[in-house]
Amino acid sequence: MNILTYLIPISLVLGAVGLIAFIYTVRSNQYDDPEGDSRRILSDEWDNYPKP
Amino acid sequence: MTATMRPSPSACPACAAAPAAEALAERALKPAQIALSLPTIHCSACISKIERGLNAHPGVRSARVNLTLKRASIDAAPEVSAEEMRSLVEALGFEAHELDGASLSATATDRAGRDLLMRLAVAGFASMNVMLLSVSVWSGAEDATRDMFHWISAAITLPAIAFSGQPFFRNAWAALSKGRLNMDVPITLAIVLAVFTSLWETVLSGEHAYFDAALALTFFLLAGRYLDHRTRAIARSAAEELTALEVPRTTRLRDGVEEQVNIAELRVGDLVLVRPGGRMPVDGEIVSGSSEIDRSLLTGETLPVFAGEGQAVSAGEVNLTGPLTVRANAVGADTSLHRMADLVAIAESGRSRYTSLADRAAKLYAPGVHILSALSFVGWYLYTWDMRTALNIAAAVLIITCPCALGLAVPAVTTAASGRLFRRGMLIKHETALERLAQVDTVVFDKTGTLTTGTPQLTNLAALPRAAVECALALAQGSSHPLARAITTAAREAGFAASADLSDVTEVPGYGSRAILKGQEVRLGRASWTGAAPLAETASFLKIGDQAPLALVFTDSLRPGAAEAVEALKSSGKTVILMSGDTTPAVETLAARLGIPQWMAEALPADKAARIQALGDEGAHVLMVGDGLNDTAALAAAHVSISPASALDAARVASDIVLLGNDLSPIAAACDTAQSATRRIRENFRIATIYNVIAVPLAVAGLATPLIAALAMSLSSITVSLNALRLR
Repeated sequence: MNILTYLIPISLVLGAVGLIAFIYTVRSNQYDDPEGDSRRILSDEWDNYPKP
Repeated sequence: MTATMRPSPSACPACAAAPAAEALAERALKPAQIALSLPTIHCSACISKIERGLNAHPGVRSARVNLTLKRASIDAAPEVSAEEMRSLVEALGFEAHELDGASLSATATDRAGRDLLMRLAVAGFASMNVMLLSVSVWSGAEDATRDMFHWISAAITLPAIAFSGQPFFRNAWAALSKGRLNMDVPITLAIVLAVFTSLWETVLSGEHAYFDAALALTFFLLAGRYLDHRTRAIARSAAEELTALEVPRTTRLRDGVEEQVNIAELRVGDLVLVRPGGRMPVDGEIVSGSSEIDRSLLTGETLPVFAGEGQAVSAGEVNLTGPLTVRANAVGADTSLHRMADLVAIAESGRSRYTSLADRAAKLYAPGVHILSALSFVGWYLYTWDMRTALNIAAAVLIITCPCALGLAVPAVTTAASGRLFRRGMLIKHETALERLAQVDTVVFDKTGTLTTGTPQLTNLAALPRAAVECALALAQGSSHPLARAITTAAREAGFAASADLSDVTEVPGYGSRAILKGQEVRLGRASWTGAAPLAETASFLKIGDQAPLALVFTDSLRPGAAEAVEALKSSGKTVILMSGDTTPAVETLAARLGIPQWMAEALPADKAARIQALGDEGAHVLMVGDGLNDTAALAAAHVSISPASALDAARVASDIVLLGNDLSPIAAACDTAQSATRRIRENFRIATIYNVIAVPLAVAGLATPLIAALAMSLSSITVSLNALRLR
């Protein structure tokens, strides 16, 4: 049963990481243009270096 | 307009220097300075082409295209005008329209939606974690392990519920403080009681805790709320975009100098220049210029009316041929346009009289649940004299009966149905519009601009001599008057070429066009100007020299899908009525053409509303389809109302559903979709009831374990959602 001492905190931390990541995406407007974002990955602009 | 919207560059230098996370988010949410609507973009190539084109402009700081909204937001230097940006995009080969930033700002930040989504996410993540722990308890964790799991669950559940349950707590409190009951009262009670008893059990190291049930309940109900909100937010933002397309800007003449001003800044006595194609922003009097004005949106008349110096004009009328200078004598809320819109407030009834299916269900359900739960508490307390057992069972009853399925029953269906109708070009603006649409048995159509496009069609082309047609074409082709354009289109389609013999073609605004043909004067225009006797139907006259004038007769062209829509509505057993402010012969002809037996001509706005009110009092459920200002009162008085996207803003605001395309045929299909949607909602209620009938006796008998509660709750919610997806 000692395994629980590791596994439970790990599962809680993973859940929290997922939640925080989701909150970050909502706050940074990443769901404003789902249609456009799905097309933008096909564009070859900024393929060689990131947008400044 | 744009100038007033722009924040001054030095408004807050500190903000830029201290980019806290909050400030960053705020800035990203701020409405863009220039917004363009790009209805034709569809792929990644369009996005990058427009963005590259806009960013290349020296005055543009950044430009971003949103493909979902089909919109570009441009952050530009103050001297860059929206018009400049628009022509830049048009030059790239895309259709572009300027959007009024002020009307868009309301939807630019969907704060309520974001808030719900956050709460939904917290409830979702917490319930997954707690479910994980609960499954270990159900599969046999005992003693210290079980207690530890319960404590961890409690530690997750308490803050999660405190945060995500707030919308329910707030609504319940608002209802209770007014002494009323709504769906949120049993929900809140169930959540609070479940958490409370579970905590009690945990302290006493009891066997059953309902932490997972409380969280799952919150999660499912929030999902329903969010779906509901999303559906309406999409409709609202699309409707707002229609409003934003009409930029409230006009040209004011001050000491002979033209300046662009916001309509709200106009004062009584100002001189306003209205160019051909423009809409009158104020009530006033024409001080110079002569033209013809289209009053169809106000009165329903198809025929343009002559406008000359000294004549009064009303806001909302459209100037057709020549530029007019108008002195304002009523502005803003005093204009006749606004006074007509005020009729709407008086007529508002169809909507408010209706109680939604969900509300009716809640009215039956909420008291029932409370009584049941209280009875089982009292019963078990009297039977065992044990507070803990009695409270546990009362909580179980509340959790099991909690309207998970009921909370999802309506939003799941309306989301599916609204999405379906949206793809067919219909915007459902009001939350109960679908339910009301399903009850419709009488459909009232307006004529001009609704069943007809308002653009005339030449009918007697074949009966005219060839030379006359060529002459008329030569006179008409340079004019933007609707009748002249109709002649041009019809003659070109029939293969005629403009006569080359005409010289000195000049347009006389308000009257027609004239030219010289072999030394003789040729005139094409209104009856009085060409010396002809006026006809009952819409006509234009061609007079060559001293010959008798020839009549060119027009009829109003039908909107695409109008005939199909009327036919489909009639064949599904609905009464179709035509009501118009236009002249009797015009209305009679159209009624005969479409096979509409009941019609009403020369109806004033109040007549229309009164007739619809009377139909409603007789027990009919009236669907009103109209576009003009003269229809707004009728739209509001009807049980449910539809207006086309070309309608006046006031009419669109008054209606429940906006038709986006040009085609009328989706109306009949929408009635069918609405009917099947209401059927699904009722089915969902039945599913929820059946599940309650099975589960409640178990709970009252004290046999419900947290496992059974979780299973039953998820099962019923999923069944209800799947049933909604079945919608045709």
